[in-house]
Amino acid sequence: MPPPLALMGVVRLVAQSDVLSAIVPAVLALAGEPRLAGTMTTDSPGTGVAAGLAGSPDTVSQAWLARLRCPGAERDAAAAELHGVLLRAARFEIRRRQAAFPNLTGADLDDLAWQSADDALMSILRRLGDFRGNSRFTTWACKFAIVEAGAKVRRHAWRGREIPLTPAFWPVLADQAPGPHQHAEARDLLEALREEIERLTPRQRQVFAAIALNDVPIDVLADRLNTTRGALYKALYDARRNLKAALAARGLGSAGEWR
Amino acid sequence: MVEDLVGPTDPELSCDECFELLDAYVELELAGADAAAEMPLMRAHLRGCSACRDDHGSLLALLRADPQALT
Repeated sequence: MPPPLALMGVVRLVAQSDVLSAIVPAVLALAGEPRLAGTMTTDSPGTGVAAGLAGSPDTVSQAWLARLRCPGAERDAAAAELHGVLLRAARFEIRRRQAAFPNLTGADLDDLAWQSADDALMSILRRLGDFRGNSRFTTWACKFAIVEAGAKVRRHAWRGREIPLTPAFWPVLADQAPGPHQHAEARDLLEALREEIERLTPRQRQVFAAIALNDVPIDVLADRLNTTRGALYKALYDARRNLKAALAARGLGSAGEWR
Repeated sequence: MVEDLVGPTDPELSCDECFELLDAYVELELAGADAAAEMPLMRAHLRGCSACRDDHGSLLALLRADPQALT
């Protein structure tokens, strides 16, 4: 399927190598924002995770990096080839999430895939220096396309919908308990949880209600509240930590369950 | 249940750290390693964050479905 004319993404211009040659250096010159934020723990951040993953790129990955860094036509060709990989990944992700688009045509969905691949390529070219060889280069690159496509799917699915920011709607958890005794326990636990939610800060309560209670995607909420996914998850983490501590203080949950 | 609402009890990564490590985590899984045991903070975050869990599931599924095409 030919690319949608309405879009002006980077790789739609790949065939025009002079244009891409003008864009890629500018992208590479941009200072990428660091994505790493604080680990959600009071223990040593990232212990045993990032520190143990200092690899060196395999030969195929090194070839990708070399081609994308060299000037001229070779870089343009590599960028176009990479875009093909990203487009396959974005289409794969959108097909997986297609149920969220009952009213969209195949062309609309492919349009989203092209946008995702374009945006992913821009991010990758800006962040080539971040690739550490902890995986194949294409695996590293495809995660950009998957994340872009997933976020676009979620945003599209929630377009025009109201975001529930209050704990007004509760999941029917108590009804899932297998017997009367368990049902009563679940009801008590939910009631305690409901009371403790009211003791959260307004921000924590809002974020917890939207994400945990009402299943609002975190990136959709970030857009609506004009903040970042990372900042929202930190608020959610803090809310959950406070709730677990409060439930434990009430003697609810098995020993250590909420700690 | 309530456990899902209040999230994992273990320390966990942030969304940004999860993104940084996602490709390595998935390749560990594809290699047959116990990625969750090797990267417990990652495992905890994937339990608690549905968006990152979706991303992880999709990348893993993509590489399982089309491993050669992505080399």
